Amino acid sequence: MSKLNRTKFRDLREELRTSKQESTEIIVGLGSCGIAAGAGKTFDAFQKEIKAKNLTGTVLRRTGCMGLCATEPTVEIKVPGMADIIYGGVTPEIAREIVERHVMRKRLIGNLIQDKPSRDILKEGE
Amino acid sequence: MSLNRYILLYRETDAGIDKNERLFDAFIKELSENDLTHSVQVVDAITTGTTDPESTLVKILPDNIYFRCTGTGDAKKIVDDFIVKNKPVKKLETPSTDKQYRIVLRNCGVIDPENIDDYIAREGYSALEKVIFDMTPEEVINEVKKSGLRGRGGAGFPTGNKWAFSRMAEGEIKYIVCNADEGDPGAYMDRSTLEGDPHSIIEAMAIAGYAVGSNKGYIYIRAEYPLAIKRLEIAISQATELGLMGDSIMGSDFGFNIEIRYGAGAFVCGEETALLASLQGERGMPKPRPPFPAVKGLWSKPTVINNVETLANIPVIILRGGEWFSRIGTEGSKGTKVFAVTGKVKNSGLVEVPMGTTLRDIIFTISGGIRNNRKFKAVQTGGPSGGVIPDTFLDTPIDYDNLIALGSMMGSGGMIVMDEDDCMVDVNKFYLQFSVDESCGKCAPCRLGGRQLLSYLKEVSRGLGSIEDIEKMKHIGHAMQKASLCGLGQTTSNPIQSALRYFYDEYEEHILDRKCRAGKCVELLTYTIDPEKCSRCGICKRGCPASAISGDRESGFVIDKTVCIKCGDCFNKCKFDAIDRG
Repeated sequence: MSKLNRTKFRDLREELRTSKQESTEIIVGLGSCGIAAGAGKTFDAFQKEIKAKNLTGTVLRRTGCMGLCATEPTVEIKVPGMADIIYGGVTPEIAREIVERHVMRKRLIGNLIQDKPSRDILKEGE
Repeated sequence: MSLNRYILLYRETDAGIDKNERLFDAFIKELSENDLTHSVQVVDAITTGTTDPESTLVKILPDNIYFRCTGTGDAKKIVDDFIVKNKPVKKLETPSTDKQYRIVLRNCGVIDPENIDDYIAREGYSALEKVIFDMTPEEVINEVKKSGLRGRGGAGFPTGNKWAFSRMAEGEIKYIVCNADEGDPGAYMDRSTLEGDPHSIIEAMAIAGYAVGSNKGYIYIRAEYPLAIKRLEIAISQATELGLMGDSIMGSDFGFNIEIRYGAGAFVCGEETALLASLQGERGMPKPRPPFPAVKGLWSKPTVINNVETLANIPVIILRGGEWFSRIGTEGSKGTKVFAVTGKVKNSGLVEVPMGTTLRDIIFTISGGIRNNRKFKAVQTGGPSGGVIPDTFLDTPIDYDNLIALGSMMGSGGMIVMDEDDCMVDVNKFYLQFSVDESCGKCAPCRLGGRQLLSYLKEVSRGLGSIEDIEKMKHIGHAMQKASLCGLGQTTSNPIQSALRYFYDEYEEHILDRKCRAGKCVELLTYTIDPEKCSRCGICKRGCPASAISGDRESGFVIDKTVCIKCGDCFNKCKFDAIDRG
């Protein structure tokens, strides 16, 4: 990509800011703490499962540590039209369960749901 | 009909779900009576904070409304009124328990740290754009001064002043250094910030560069943080490719380049003059100040050294204004602080709260309190340079000044929580051993004083200390505070000084009674079997790794104290409390 000047930077920012999330997102916490708890395997399991179920509208993403170190690996699931949900302690098995039940059938999985640690000051206001 | 609503019942992570089970069933019953089981799902969720034993917290999604339920009748009310009729149930409603406030960690766990688009979509590089095109360097410094931001690395020096000194210092070439040499045992907030939001750090460094008049930055990071290094490298190359870093940022005439330098993990290299020495390829040892790095730093040029967490605040301060930032926190400590809460808490993790939040809120409300129903004893803040704070001060609002007044310090934000099974002498020994190992040896007070202190402590923990040793320890500690060259030596005795202040009786017990109530100082322990309580099951004998227990089920069992290695295995295994530990 070519270098941005101020105007082009602003255009890019506007474009990124307003782009709407239309696909389901599976976001795996891949900080050192998550990886130490096995988040790498969890990520792989999601990848496999998405492929196996042919879920073309589902995107798998990585993020850093959200601070819930006691319950790593943590995974956030964003299904359009549904509230965002964070699961803790997601093993590869639970990853498959999440795809089957949460992503495909919109059913939450009990005993693993964690609260968001705080509100998002950039999106939900200060 | 598909699911469109969810009822979440919160429970504690280590408690049973009996209490919730009845409520759970009540919700199911109410839902099926209203024929709603296909559109509303009831599930258990986990709260990281403490819960009220009398009630259950219930959250309805996607409405995001919390209710506090005390009985099964409340389930009916919520289903009948709130879910079926869409009527508010004010009586049961409760505000959300959001105690954290995230500025530094705003993007951690939200964006993909390896994708610059995610960062730009969330205000990324907008602060840099603002300063370069719409602000003078003086205005930038004024904004940071107005914010009241103080250095998060430990000492708490006002960041705006630091920048101003460097701006005023003479010289064509100036440097910005990011101190990512996080070394306190138990502290990892900088690592998580770098791994989760690397762009915010390099953006902030460029802003500092613009303010100070510098075009070159270095990130000094420990080599033990390979993932943070990798993500920083990716961030720098992505930003450079887009022209957001490099010789002409966004087509302006301001340029800024960043290099990463690795530290080998020496604790003393977190001290700024030692860090600069190491960065220059010299041995990591501190130098006397003044001259301060802001005037004469890296390669003798004016240098701003800011900690990771300090820098992470900068873009938000620029975009929201110093005034906005200064409204958060306390009189003398503005903004938020990230703490790495570890030790005996139920939910260890990273917590970011406004300055002035109490220890009780952090340890109990947010981190869930003490594990296994044990009692809180103390919390060590500030790592090996800080001190212990006992339960009487749990309600003190935390800021730089209050922690100093309590004999501890903010440090980088490690918080190690201890319960009644932790021995103060033992904890002091751990931190002192760390400081002694990490002393660079350049100045005598630190090199010799630390060793002396440690030898006294070892004697105390073996029951060989005398009460006069305490006075000697205080003297040595005082000398180290006054005469050491850098912060490491000056603060080495802090944990001991604070333990002597709050837990003097425990030291006395070790010396006079030769007792360690927590059972940590092995050499003070003796294990004996109480024949009255002993049921002669023999589990102790079978498990003893030293074969120190003799006897049989007929005659009973005894421990041979000359053979016993005091591992405590029998003590932990005995189901009848028949083993005495004294």
